[in-house]
Amino acid sequence: MRHIISILIENESGALSRVAGLFSARGYNIESLTVAPTEDETLSRMTLVTWGDENIIEQITKQLNKLIDVVKLIDLAEAVHIERELMMIKIKTTDETREEIKRMSDIFRGKIIDVAANSYVVEITGPSDKLDAFIAAIDDGSIIEVVRSGPTGISRGENGLRL
Amino acid sequence: MELNGAQILVQSLKDEGVEFLFGYPGGAVLHLYDALFHQQDIKHILVRHEQGATHAADGYARATGKPGVVLVTSGPGATNAVTGIATAHLDSIPMVVISGQVPTPVIGSDAFQEVDMVGITRPCVKHNFLVKDVNKLAETVKKAFHVATTGRPGPVVIDIPKDITDPNIKVPYKYPRKVSMRSYNPVVKGHKKQIRKAVDLLLSAKKPMIYSGGGVILGEAHKQLIEFTRLLGYPITNTLMGLGAYPATDKQFVGMLGMHGTYEANMSMHESDVIIAIGARFDDRVTGKLDEFCPYAKIIHIDVDPASIAKNVMVDVPIVGEVKPVLETMIEMINEDEKRPDKKALVKWWEQIAKWQALDSLAYDRNSDLIKPQYVIEQLYEVTKGNAFVTSDVGQHQMYAAQFYHFDKPRRWINSGGLGTMGFGLPAAIGVKLAHPKSDVACVTGEASIQMCIQELSTALQYKTPVKIVNLNNRYMGMVRQWQEFTYESRYSHSYMDTIPDFVKLAEAYGHVGMRIEKPEDVRSAFEEAFAMKDRTVFMDFMTDRTENVYPMIEAGKAHHEMRLRVPPGTPVDRELA
Ligand SMILES: Cc1cc2nc3c(=O)[nH]c(=O)nc-3n(C[C@H](O)[C@H](O)[C@H](O)COP(=O)(O)OP(=O)(O)OC[C@H]3O[C@@H](n4cnc5c(N)ncnc54)[C@H](O)[C@@H]3O)c2cc1C
Ligand SMILES: Cc1ncc(C[n+]2csc(CCOP(=O)(O)OP(=O)(O)O)c2C)c(N)n1
Ligand SMILES: [Mg+2]
Repeated sequence: MRHIISILIENESGALSRVAGLFSARGYNIESLTVAPTEDETLSRMTLVTWGDENIIEQITKQLNKLIDVVKLIDLAEAVHIERELMMIKIKTTDETREEIKRMSDIFRGKIIDVAANSYVVEITGPSDKLDAFIAAIDDGSIIEVVRSGPTGISRGENGLRL
Repeated sequence: MELNGAQILVQSLKDEGVEFLFGYPGGAVLHLYDALFHQQDIKHILVRHEQGATHAADGYARATGKPGVVLVTSGPGATNAVTGIATAHLDSIPMVVISGQVPTPVIGSDAFQEVDMVGITRPCVKHNFLVKDVNKLAETVKKAFHVATTGRPGPVVIDIPKDITDPNIKVPYKYPRKVSMRSYNPVVKGHKKQIRKAVDLLLSAKKPMIYSGGGVILGEAHKQLIEFTRLLGYPITNTLMGLGAYPATDKQFVGMLGMHGTYEANMSMHESDVIIAIGARFDDRVTGKLDEFCPYAKIIHIDVDPASIAKNVMVDVPIVGEVKPVLETMIEMINEDEKRPDKKALVKWWEQIAKWQALDSLAYDRNSDLIKPQYVIEQLYEVTKGNAFVTSDVGQHQMYAAQFYHFDKPRRWINSGGLGTMGFGLPAAIGVKLAHPKSDVACVTGEASIQMCIQELSTALQYKTPVKIVNLNNRYMGMVRQWQEFTYESRYSHSYMDTIPDFVKLAEAYGHVGMRIEKPEDVRSAFEEAFAMKDRTVFMDFMTDRTENVYPMIEAGKAHHEMRLRVPPGTPVDRELA
């Protein structure tokens, strides 16, 4: 099953490689990993998407917790939560397709953030499957490049992952 | 007090109470060596290879419970230390390794003798630090010792760029008395409710087993383990790492379990209905085939590391905590409980175990004209009256030592279990002897293993650490040969060396005493002679039976009840073996 794990980790050099190294050394799956400092600059927050059966996920969370730099973590998939991913997608445009791309972008609540003679850059934020759906809706041949941030997530309600 | 970085490091080690520093100099640590020159409190042990430094520090740590401390230079000094760091890591041994690094401004430029030590050691340390600010040096040292010695112990590396130890940059020094790390708070006491559950389960058992491991020794809980085991009257087995935590000569002890454990220990595990694992980690050499591991048992597991629990084997009652306080609580609860262990069931259980014991799975040919390795260990045991510290290398000799030297006390059996590092034995023995100068220290080794760190014979002379080397010389990498005999139709592919040095001459060349023993009747007198030479290192080269194998054995992919015995049950008893 897919799990999304949110980690508070000391903002030290090497902290990221400890997490990445753990996954490769122990052969765990890693689908995406995002990381950035939090409002407290001594802490970073990572969001990691992985999959595996219950036992594997239990080992993953235990091994992550065992890393000395990891302060706290939660498996967001265990409760109701919100996930968002950002995508910027560069699409070839022609006189015939410009209108259609604009319409699609509106349907997906995207924004056109760059306009050039023969291309658009569309920005879309949402759950990952929405981004997948947008890509599927665009003609393959016209996609120039796709950049995705990987999902980040937060739990619903007043509880939060904090010190 | 204002000190430079080199002085800060040395002073921090003193404030930490470090007695010995096992090291080897080089460019990146020259400032540190200069600071060491000006002091006498910390004794520096100059090894002959950095691997030796780590194993010696490791031996010291295992024999004392205190962290071993190592100092190596950058680049090759650092990489040479890696095997020893990994060895300590897999056996959870507290160790602090200080490595020099190229100066901060040139890090990342492929500078002379630069390697990314933090990167290389990341997967084989408990934690590591790169010091980037001399003002943080003392605090980092404190943190390193704290992390290395608490929770599940392990090695910690501190990588120190040369500019951090610059003699000209002085900063205020104060060694922190305590550290707290918000991201590191190991659990000590177990959860009361879980302990209660465990006690209920234990008291309802009909065929109980106590399976204890290295965690009991690491957690200084042997007294509690003995009290707990005697209180219940249950059979107990130890892992290779746990030997000595429970006295091997006690009647409740059924021997080691696992691949080369006794038949009775493994059969008891297999048939048991309630198993309590105490500071043991269900290693594959212990469990054998996982699908058939202890099929009838409910399992209780005490471990300070949550990640050890339910890693290989699912357990019914997990207890995260240190062995000592958890066992103390358990003993209290058992004493207060009205329920007592089921006497009737226990009598039956012990009768069953006695039947397995009667097979005498460790028996060997006592009438051979050749020296049997088992016999050598038995004689070692007798001559040292079971009181020696015994270090070991890796191979058949290691298993014979584990099976035939009956350890009654913790920290006496010192070997590399998890990584299985050949070359460990001799340097470890030096570390042990430094810690316990008045005790007998023996290094049980093989002709292949000993050659991996033989250069430390020179260190043994310099620091007057008279250890007795017991070389079970079978002219084979015996453990490899055994596997080849059993599973590769005796194709002995590269498991022997065409040339083996004359160890007697070699020992003499290093300034020690060499002895060669070729007949069984000379074994005992050789030991008596060697151990009488209190202040000499003696290399005893025992020419043992080349074809001897370690029995019993759980072969790869087999379960506990499928042990291969020297004499399979049901065969008419061989007179020779009787
Ligand atoms: C050639 C060879 C053959 C071998 N054959 C065998 C064999 O037949 N049988 C055998 O048993 N082994 C054998 N081994 C060793 C094996 O590989 C493992 O090293 C060993 O079984 C592990 O022992 P352990 O489970 O006691 O764990 P250890 O490695 O000693 O780990 C200790 C456990 O206790 C925990 N712990 C530490 N401190 C505390 C504390 N204070 N409180 C609570 N928990 C704590 C740790 O988290 C860890 O889980 C062999 C090795 C070699 C090289
Ligand atoms: C550094 C290292 N290399 C290889 C091995 C694999 N290995 C395990 S036992 C063994 C043979 C050991 O031979 P010896 O020291 O003569 O001991 P014996 O088994 O003959 O008693 C080898 C090569 C190892 N454990 N460590
Ligand atoms: Mg050999």
